[in-house]
Amino acid sequence: MAHLIRAGSSCRLASSGAARSMSTAWWRHVEPAAKDPILGVTEAFLADPSPAKVNVGVGAYRDDNGKPVVLECVREAERRIAGNSNMEYLPMGGSVNMVQETLKLAYGEDSDLIKDKRIAAVQALSGTGACRLFADFQKRFSPDSQIYIPVPTWSNHHNIWRDAHVPQRTFHYYHPESKGLDFAGLMDDVKNAPNGSFFLLHACAHNPTGVDPTEEQWKEISNQFKVKGHFALFDMAYQGFASGDPERDAKSIRIFLEDGHLIGCAQSYAKNMGLYGQRVGCLSVVCEDDKQAVAVKSQLQQLARPMYSNPPVHGALIVSTILSDPDLKKLWLKEVKGMADRIIGMRTALKQNLEKLGSPLSWEHITKQIGMFCYSGMTPEQVDRLTNEFHIYMTRNGRISMAGVTTGNVGYLANAIHEVTKSG
Amino acid sequence: MSDSVFASIVQAPEDPILGVTVAYNKDQSPVKLNLGVGAYRTEEGKPLVLNVVRKAEQMLVNDESRVKEYLPITGVADFNKLSAKLIFGADSPAIQENRVTTVQCLSGTGSLRVGGEFLAKHYHEKTIYIPLPTWGNHPKVFTLAGLSVKTYRYYDPKTRGLDFSGLLEDLQNAPSGAIVLLHACAHNPTGVDPTSDQWEQIRQLMRSKALLPFFDSAYQGFASGSLDADATPVRMFVADGGECLAAQSYAKNMGLYGERVGALSIVCKGADVASRVESQLKLVIRPMYSNPPIHGASIVAAILKDGDMYTEWTVELKAMADRIISMRHQLFEALQAKGTPGDWSHIIKQIGMFTFTGLNSDQVAFMTKEFHIYMTSDGRISMAGLSSRTIPHLANAIHAAVTKAA
Repeated sequence: MAHLIRAGSSCRLASSGAARSMSTAWWRHVEPAAKDPILGVTEAFLADPSPAKVNVGVGAYRDDNGKPVVLECVREAERRIAGNSNMEYLPMGGSVNMVQETLKLAYGEDSDLIKDKRIAAVQALSGTGACRLFADFQKRFSPDSQIYIPVPTWSNHHNIWRDAHVPQRTFHYYHPESKGLDFAGLMDDVKNAPNGSFFLLHACAHNPTGVDPTEEQWKEISNQFKVKGHFALFDMAYQGFASGDPERDAKSIRIFLEDGHLIGCAQSYAKNMGLYGQRVGCLSVVCEDDKQAVAVKSQLQQLARPMYSNPPVHGALIVSTILSDPDLKKLWLKEVKGMADRIIGMRTALKQNLEKLGSPLSWEHITKQIGMFCYSGMTPEQVDRLTNEFHIYMTRNGRISMAGVTTGNVGYLANAIHEVTKSG
Repeated sequence: MSDSVFASIVQAPEDPILGVTVAYNKDQSPVKLNLGVGAYRTEEGKPLVLNVVRKAEQMLVNDESRVKEYLPITGVADFNKLSAKLIFGADSPAIQENRVTTVQCLSGTGSLRVGGEFLAKHYHEKTIYIPLPTWGNHPKVFTLAGLSVKTYRYYDPKTRGLDFSGLLEDLQNAPSGAIVLLHACAHNPTGVDPTSDQWEQIRQLMRSKALLPFFDSAYQGFASGSLDADATPVRMFVADGGECLAAQSYAKNMGLYGERVGALSIVCKGADVASRVESQLKLVIRPMYSNPPIHGASIVAAILKDGDMYTEWTVELKAMADRIISMRHQLFEALQAKGTPGDWSHIIKQIGMFTFTGLNSDQVAFMTKEFHIYMTSDGRISMAGLSSRTIPHLANAIHAAVTKAA
């Protein structure tokens, strides 16, 4: 069996006869997995020794010094929590308090749906976990359905529905020529999809393009969804981050609710509360009545139990501490606006820098797009040049995380982008 | 407006274990006792946050330089290394040879699910054998992971001990390469563990049939009070140079329940394999929750890497284990004193947080209705929920159930 032992390994086989018949080849066929296209960027960035390196890859907020930020309201919440709560299991559906506050953000403080207890909602593992729970739920209770996903979208959306074994289709979204919304294409796809199809919609600050429908366009989309009886799942990962005003950023959802749609919603506190690593989010499903909401919630819990039993308590405590204290909530809203404003400022600065450099291309889209990301329109080859020649890291689809842009590096970034794009 | 697409959904039944606490919470009786979920309670019946955990928690809060960024998909690197050392031993050749890949997961449940999904995607045998009985959530975890679940005999109701010959026979009849779930120590729900000799026989049989061991270690340190002693079966398997999986939980032994801290380790034949396996584990995790929660793992890493804090932890852990052992003895003596019919020695023979009382579901229902005692309907009681003060009440209830509601 010696030939089966891989070179470099020095495991000792027991000398018994039983050991000689032991299989050594269980994992030999396992291929090295491809690096995650988004998270792999940060890995590469960290490995780069160059002092000039810039990370505009993963969507994690940075302050103007390029440093990660822990919000003041979060620090205060943590001070209050430490030493004061036990770490018992949360219920399978998570922190009831946190979920209630979270629903208010998405559905409105005075939402009738909340008053009438028509929303089935559970704490989830940030946005990823909320989407995955919904995908598993969709598979179990609408087994013949598919999910329509916009092109492009956050790459992990495809992985999520694939691992939930829900077939995927796509719908037109981004218009490369205008670097805006392909509204006609989108509406066609909505009309042509079979009645009662499931659609994944980004509530605001579309990832990766930053291109959002206008209010008017949302109304038309909602109307067409009514005609077709489609189901809308909103992925809202950037509420507050897009315009600086959480109420405004929830407009698309409110439009659908006004039209009477029974929607699903995945919410995340990763960005807008800076709670990235805490994995705090929420999945909600609007139901016809309170009884149905109880049933649906119980079934969501049945899907969470064999995945992680119950969700982590710490992040949920931070959220409920902040949102249930009026002063802390005010502070949070101020800090969210501060983050959004800085990003909007960087968009303006980047565009102006490129124009000053005399770029032959139009960079209108930088300030038209919204949220954390700018879909620059650069090709993978141009992105590779940015990385190899200028130590600038971003995903190869040309998505720039504006949160990584600072007054310190915006000039360098503009220069580099100009260099690789000036020949058209 | 169209009907809800989910209009036909019926309400799911309560989880058999977590549902016990739900029912307990609704009960207004002042003498109610929750012996359902396996969460440790002090003599005063209160949840316990270990002193060393509070210390670590305060350190984290006071460290202004700490940020809450996304962890890598595999979690906190220190935490992973230290967790592997904890279960496999700091001097484990498998670790020294870089043959172990460890990923941070959401407690025991999450580690089992990630391991199960990895096996369903990459392992040639899609059947996992689980002991009869086992933790209620095991079958669901592995089924949803994509494996097919079979059982092997484990508990003998006649002896209230291990059905060793049944176990060996069932494993002998399993197809070559099948996955076998093993409780590393303090079997849940029975508290019945194989002896060292029996473990050795199990190991030999499994290796001769190339059965793949998947250890669930949720009680390391909690069973005997010694972290190393409780890890012996796992280390026995690793020592023979073979491969295995191990799911670790810090819910009970560090009291971190709700923080959801755990780790999945896969011991491979070589470092290159381990590295490829790790890359594939990331592909399982990313579409599930992207990366694990930072808080609990940071606490664990802080404790495990500091010599003094580690020692402090072992002392607090032993105290919890000792209190449980004391509860076992007190309950046994109380039943002896009452002359309750039957042999109750299994209470002190079984090990870990749970006692499989042998009470049937009618007796359990009787005890809930008449005595406000909450436990799972399989007769499993969490010893951690008892105190010297409440033992007489439980002894009365058992006595009544056995003599009246037999």
